[in-house]
Amino acid sequence: MTTATPATTPALKDWPLWEVFVRSKQGLEHKHCGSLHASDAQHALQMARDVYTRRQEGVSIWVVPSKAITASAPDEKGEFFEPAADKIYRHPTFYDIPEEVGHM
Amino acid sequence: MYTQSFSVPDDAGKTVQPLKAAEPPELMAKFDERIDADGRIEPQDWMPEAYRKTLVRQISQHAHSEIVGMLPEGNWISRAPSLKRKAILIAKVQDEGGHGLYLYSAAETLGTSRDQMLDALHSGKAKYSSIFNYPTLNWADVGVIGWLVDGAAIMNQIPLCRCSYGPYARAMVRVCKEESFHQRQGYEALLVMMKGTQAQKDMVQDAVNRWWWKCLAMFGPPDADSPNSAQGMRWGIKRISNDDLRQKFVDATVPQAKVLGVTLPDPDLKWNEARGHYDYGQIDWDEFWNTVNGHGPMNKQRLATRVKAHNDGQWVRDAALAHARKQQQRALKEAA
Repeated sequence: MTTATPATTPALKDWPLWEVFVRSKQGLEHKHCGSLHASDAQHALQMARDVYTRRQEGVSIWVVPSKAITASAPDEKGEFFEPAADKIYRHPTFYDIPEEVGHM
Repeated sequence: MYTQSFSVPDDAGKTVQPLKAAEPPELMAKFDERIDADGRIEPQDWMPEAYRKTLVRQISQHAHSEIVGMLPEGNWISRAPSLKRKAILIAKVQDEGGHGLYLYSAAETLGTSRDQMLDALHSGKAKYSSIFNYPTLNWADVGVIGWLVDGAAIMNQIPLCRCSYGPYARAMVRVCKEESFHQRQGYEALLVMMKGTQAQKDMVQDAVNRWWWKCLAMFGPPDADSPNSAQGMRWGIKRISNDDLRQKFVDATVPQAKVLGVTLPDPDLKWNEARGHYDYGQIDWDEFWNTVNGHGPMNKQRLATRVKAHNDGQWVRDAALAHARKQQQRALKEAA
């Protein structure tokens, strides 16, 4: 790389955005908790620790480049999720079981 | 921490016209329907341009307030009276920085960039809470900021946890959790001073006298004079009116002041049996607007300090980038 960093690098222009996921406790899933800008993955981890776990909110952190996430389109929510709506037999409450059977 | 009612336009004097007519009616109807059903709007959802603009303005002003809010208290870190108070104050100021970051991130989901927002702040174009344009003259000010300023902020921010815009609401949930520590540490610091010498008690009273009216003004202009409030309510961005929040704050604070042993500097402050609330005196709105519009005692200094801090941090941002590039090259070399 030959380009020297110019003296007037604009604030954060080159710090990409990262999504932060925190596991609050061993045995639980990592949960999305926010995003931040950082120069690289290691930096993002350190920043995430400082920003999102100042009060023992986590035992593990994932950081993922925001641009690596593919999201479903909200406008297609209807068609995309519709197939499940007419299959109520997938739910346990669809079935009538005699009361004397007790909890099942 | 700190929103004053952010129905304050960034460009004072220029009124923002809602762009209602230009929006596609079908999408608009769907949006309104979701808002009416108390649903949430997420970044990828369609939203009217005026809603987006209002949120960008409000969330970025809120973020700026957190960041500028670090300055008046940061002033006292090196002069805190004990190691314990110093550690507490550092933790609190660090929280404010974190709150700013949550909020900047939330604003970015609306399509604005961090750089744009920082530019707006540093060039003086964007507003932040006027409360930080007053000086912190003695140690009791730090306690009073925690008790009253953060107390007012909590009143303002709790309803924002139910804001219709998902990322803002989620950021506020996180902020509110941390805010309670801010208020309690401030109040407790004052309790300790009130058990001290007469000089210490006088300091507390002096600080309360200087901050009380400014805190009442934090809730923003009276409902009758906040033309944007109704739209904010309609959109589920604002849930409780400025005057109602202010009243809640007064009602909650009067008994706290009694326990602390200070008086609130308002001769008209008294319980109104009929209303079931405390009545309070006239707020000096000319002074408020004067400060909002850049002529408060500390506006210039706060902004200058903020810009200097940002510029002084340039080498850190450059170094982080240089390090990231170096790491990347090393990884490539090893792979080759």
